[in-house]
Amino acid sequence: MKLRGLFSAVIAIATGLIMLVGYFVELPILVNLRITILNWVIILAAVALFLGLFNLLAVHTDKIRSKEKGGIYSLILIFSLLTTLILGLWLRPDHALMALIFKAIQLPVETSLMAMLAVTLMYASIRLLRRRNNLISVIFLVTALLILLGTVPLPFVGNVPILGDLIRPFIVQVLAAAGARGILIGVALGSLTTGLRVLFGADRPYGSDPSRGGK
Amino acid sequence: MNWVGLAGFGLVILSAILMAGLAFLRRKSTPAFREIPAFARLRKAIGQAVEEGSRLHISLGRGGLTTPQSAAELAGLEMLRRLSELTAASDRPPVATSGDGAVTILSQDALLASGQAALSTGYNATPARLTGLTPFSYAAGVLPVMQDENLSANVLMGNFGVEVALLTDTAERGNTSTLAGSDNLTAQAILYASAQDPLIGEELYAAGAYLKARPFHSASLTVQDILRWLIVIGILVGALLKLAGVL
Repeated sequence: MKLRGLFSAVIAIATGLIMLVGYFVELPILVNLRITILNWVIILAAVALFLGLFNLLAVHTDKIRSKEKGGIYSLILIFSLLTTLILGLWLRPDHALMALIFKAIQLPVETSLMAMLAVTLMYASIRLLRRRNNLISVIFLVTALLILLGTVPLPFVGNVPILGDLIRPFIVQVLAAAGARGILIGVALGSLTTGLRVLFGADRPYGSDPSRGGK
Repeated sequence: MNWVGLAGFGLVILSAILMAGLAFLRRKSTPAFREIPAFARLRKAIGQAVEEGSRLHISLGRGGLTTPQSAAELAGLEMLRRLSELTAASDRPPVATSGDGAVTILSQDALLASGQAALSTGYNATPARLTGLTPFSYAAGVLPVMQDENLSANVLMGNFGVEVALLTDTAERGNTSTLAGSDNLTAQAILYASAQDPLIGEELYAAGAYLKARPFHSASLTVQDILRWLIVIGILVGALLKLAGVL
């Protein structure tokens, strides 16, 4: 078992190094290797997606079999999944009926969930002061309010003059942009070090980790 | 290779050398970190899960491993593995949800590799679940897990968008604590307003260091700090040169 963990780590690290060096150094052999590995990855990702569908089926079949709460929804999900899959394989995804299924079912359902978000977020902002009653929370809420008032025309008033022309652009283009760039630099540095930890084998999101006594 | 590519490659090599060197130097010392309340509360939730026989829910978001968001997914997977190891003695294994096939397979692998006692007795064959492939179908699939699985805490770590508000709201209604972090800026703003313990910016990637503090994890935080200072100096020098009319 330990040997298997070591073997998978060696393959993962070697592949990661080839991809990394191939991205920066344009040697034909490295570029070709990189493209080949990328093609393999695309195929494997498609296979993983198919396995994921089996996982979804297994979870919901278990729910129905064990008569868990909400089993009827699992039954509807399995029926819809299989119907769409069979129709998609038979008619092909660009068929008018497939487009209709997407436009008439998937799109409205997702849009209604999006609409629910407006209420959820408003409720969350009301609760924010109860949860974290500090200066930052007050600034957060006041900023959100100023941006809303500066963006949406008010009934009978229209656009609020100074708010829409001066304050909102200043917040969005100066303060928010500077803060967002700072956070994005942090995220980029975090991504870099996470990638390096995987390359060093310190993080192993695959197989077992013999150093931790994994099985 | 153009100069931008060369600079990028140089940055990666410099980071790798720094990380390896610092990890070697710190292999025997215990690192000290600034306190992040979210991780302290998570440790409590882990203890509660083991004692009460409740479950932890780790949601890995809907990002894939072949997308630019893969680092957030890797951080989430590492968190899952660590939490799974810490709750190995529990009667009920953690449940992991994701929106990508490859991430689902890896999360199943992480749960099985951690030596979960409950999994080896066949308690639950599907602790890792693919819940949906689009943002809202993913969220809709996660909601029943949050409502029905007797959870003690939710850990949302990975790539989320605005749909994360639906998850944090459900967690709040279920009276379960939520530690949440995303690499997406909009999701971070939403999490600040709606999650009990939001992780902002690079805190998402520091979870490994806070939960296990192995030399490479503490070294990676120091490397981030060094690089951040280099970038700050670079920005200031650039601004001064621009002001002086050199650039």
